[in-house]
Amino acid sequence: MSDSLITETVKDAVQIVKDHSDDVHEHDVHAGDHHSGDHDDHGGHHSSLGLSNTKLAMWLFLGSECLLFGGLISTYMLYRNRHSENLGPDQLWDIPFTSATSFVLLTSSLTMVLAVSAANRKDLRNTKIYLGVTALLGALFLAGQIYEFTVFYREGLGFTTSLFSSSFFTLTGFHGVHVSIGIIMLVAMIGMLSKEKVSGDEAEAVEMVGLYWHFVDIVWIIIFTLVYLIPA
Amino acid sequence: MTDTIHTPSAHDQHDAKEHHGPSDMQFVTIFFILAGITAVEVAVSYIDIGPFFLPVLLGLMVVKFFTVVLYFMHIKFDHKLFGRLFYIGLGLAVFVYAAALSTFQFFAG
Repeated sequence: MSDSLITETVKDAVQIVKDHSDDVHEHDVHAGDHHSGDHDDHGGHHSSLGLSNTKLAMWLFLGSECLLFGGLISTYMLYRNRHSENLGPDQLWDIPFTSATSFVLLTSSLTMVLAVSAANRKDLRNTKIYLGVTALLGALFLAGQIYEFTVFYREGLGFTTSLFSSSFFTLTGFHGVHVSIGIIMLVAMIGMLSKEKVSGDEAEAVEMVGLYWHFVDIVWIIIFTLVYLIPA
Repeated sequence: MTDTIHTPSAHDQHDAKEHHGPSDMQFVTIFFILAGITAVEVAVSYIDIGPFFLPVLLGLMVVKFFTVVLYFMHIKFDHKLFGRLFYIGLGLAVFVYAAALSTFQFFAG
């Protein structure tokens, strides 16, 4: 009785695997017939769930980036009181200025999402314009950060002045590097779109840059509140 | 038997790529809401609201964070797996560093 049950189960399992492999083969042939340019037109690389591998990888990367910035933010929170009396956050922070740069970065998130929206409509002209504006706003934010660093340095706050300064410059510096990489990605995307060098789905490529850019923005949302607005 | 196995079809792939989400005008509206929240955050940092100071600022920060993630990063309208990958990283980061800060008695004060 039990032998026959096992035999039936194994037969069923073999049939499931066979049916599944047939379905996959049929799908591949079907996709090959109707989407011979799939690789060029729609990115082509999809997981067994029918989702874009590129997008999965980007979300996985952003998830891992949470751990990087979590470590840097925690380190800053731990050492924010370890400074000399006259060179702490209360003496150095210029909240109106940082609020303005935060607003600039927030605005760049809007232009980025509008670029993704334009790319989905296959509106190449507006996509490039919005990407360009996003890059400019990112550069403006970066210029503000460099100005802020310069002011702090002139007031005597160097990288090795205190544990507070080291953790502050490391955290905001890492964020600045991410913004710089984002700007490079935006400029490269504009160039690639202009020269039609984007392999695969153009809208998806723009969306990937957008995800990275929005991540840079959400990290700043946390830094702005925890580092600048909440006093030590 | 085969009904229980989902094999991705070209139609599924097309569905996964379709974009259902806010319009451009709705994105602009969301932006103004985020800008308003930022203005409130800055105002709160100058006003003495006593014990509510920290919870209000942290609450506004969380609202801004998830508004950008859900709408601008499209998690609300995309496949759930993308969100899960991100939330796993985020949750792990919050748990690991909250535990690390606790060992340094950060929350004790």
